Amino acid sequence: MTYHIKAILWKQLKDTLKNKAILIQFIMFPLMTIIMEKSISLPDMPEHFFGNLFAVMYIGMASLTSAAAIISEEKEKNTLRVLQMCNVHAAEFLIGNAAYIISICMLGSLVIGCSTGYTGITLLKFLLVMLVGHICSFLLGAAIGTAVKNQMSATSITVPLMIVLAFLPMLSMFNETIKKFSKFVFSEQLFVFMNDLSEICITFESGIIMACNAVLILVIFLIAYQRGFKISK
Amino acid sequence: MKGMVIKMNMVIEIKNLNHHFGDNKVLKDINLNITEGEIFGLLGPSGAGKTTLINILTGQLQASGGNCNIMGISPTDMTGEHYKQIGIMMDNFGLYERMSCYDNLKFYQMLDNNENINIELVLENINLLAAKKTPVMNLSKGMKNRLAFARAILRTPKVLFLDEPTSGLDPKTVEAIHEMILAEKKRGTTVFLTTHNMYEAEKLCDNIALLNKGKIVEYGAPQDICRRYNHQKKINIHLKNGRDITLEHNKECGVQIQTYFSNDEIETIHSTEPNLETIFMELTGRRFEA
Ligand SMILES: Nc1ncnc2c1ncn2[C@@H]1O[C@H](COP(=O)(O)OP(=O)(O)OP(=O)(O)O)[C@@H](O)[C@H]1O
Ligand SMILES: [Mg+2]
Repeated sequence: MTYHIKAILWKQLKDTLKNKAILIQFIMFPLMTIIMEKSISLPDMPEHFFGNLFAVMYIGMASLTSAAAIISEEKEKNTLRVLQMCNVHAAEFLIGNAAYIISICMLGSLVIGCSTGYTGITLLKFLLVMLVGHICSFLLGAAIGTAVKNQMSATSITVPLMIVLAFLPMLSMFNETIKKFSKFVFSEQLFVFMNDLSEICITFESGIIMACNAVLILVIFLIAYQRGFKISK
Repeated sequence: MKGMVIKMNMVIEIKNLNHHFGDNKVLKDINLNITEGEIFGLLGPSGAGKTTLINILTGQLQASGGNCNIMGISPTDMTGEHYKQIGIMMDNFGLYERMSCYDNLKFYQMLDNNENINIELVLENINLLAAKKTPVMNLSKGMKNRLAFARAILRTPKVLFLDEPTSGLDPKTVEAIHEMILAEKKRGTTVFLTTHNMYEAEKLCDNIALLNKGKIVEYGAPQDICRRYNHQKKINIHLKNGRDITLEHNKECGVQIQTYFSNDEIETIHSTEPNLETIFMELTGRRFEA
């Protein structure tokens, strides 16, 4: 049923590019990276400071909120039902949305990576880390969008989650206590990788944490998926 | 008689259908048969369960009990090929607000993988060609209604479900939608519509069912139902001198009316037949429009 996925991609391009709230999510951090990296450099500031910081915020915000917003809007406006009556399966719907959101976020990530000054292999590693982050974040956003009934409740869940994912890594740089907790969040782990892209070494601890995060996200996603899409069958 | 009807081409069959949301029994033991090519109207006040029944018939909701079949298949077993023969217009439209009229139809066409439809022509037919590029959120209610209708018939369905297709519209748009529904009937489409407008039901429908609190309280052709409840059988005459006369509908009244006619005294004359609203009142003590 590739034409269903194709149609959904086409629709997203037509629709979301007119949706300013979502457009801003996609563009804001790449744009800020360009500006900050070009204009500000402080002494004894870690290398690629702004780039990595905005990159991790981009992971915690863009794919999470846009996935939740797009899916919950489809539920709220009853367009999801129309899709189901065109025999679009839940999996096709999610693949269509994932393809769209993650592609755009990866384009944004490329902009962040390049303007941060990553090149060659390092850029590829950076993009790989970003891809993992966007996938996790998309799955969480999709789970939220699927579980709730409308955009309002989607926002009320994404905002606190977004703060945890996007800001904990930054706060943990300044506070050791926060660091003790924040290391359990996948975005913090990715932030650590980003800060040393030349030799990513996955320690036993971070390996376990990432695996637990992945399992947890998948479980949350599958529960929401089963409950939210059971409308008819 | 009933046994014979069932032998005809049944498009929708509903048997002992029940539905409840928690403790709220919304549909109680519904039995209905709808034949090919007919316009069937489900008439009832707000909250009677009309939308719920459409949701069940179109596979959007699983009934708590009983059976139903659309073209011989249960809605819960419908696949893509079955859905392609069904057109649905829900009361909340389900259109993409930021996308234009054209793009909304185009997307639907892409989902069906059906490239043979001339969308411009469709838009012209519903008088929306001028608004082709207008985002749906800038359309009036009547325009959205027509667009949702056009989307429902885009795949030239065999069965068309319309949930209150004309509620809250101006008379001109109502007329336009009625014409489109009748055109669908001409094409051979079976139409299942809900309404709380009895004039609409009388005008369009071959058969109607009156639904009250989830129960069907009356079923039949609108004229038949009205005749069945014509217990009063009275004739009202308004004379030119201003007097109103009510006569019993019997043998004697003929002579009297003859006299009035020959003296050229009559201004207006009509028989008091109950309409669907008064029948519904008689049956339930409620009105259609809450
Ligand atoms: N998803 C739901 N959950 C719980 N109760 C529901 C749900 N949908 C409908 N109901 C209840 O079922 C009853 C029938 O609702 P329904 O929407 O079928 O009425 P209706 O005849 O279509 O009314 P209207 O003319 O206002 O559209 C109402 O009492 C309503 O509160
Ligand atoms: Mg309704």
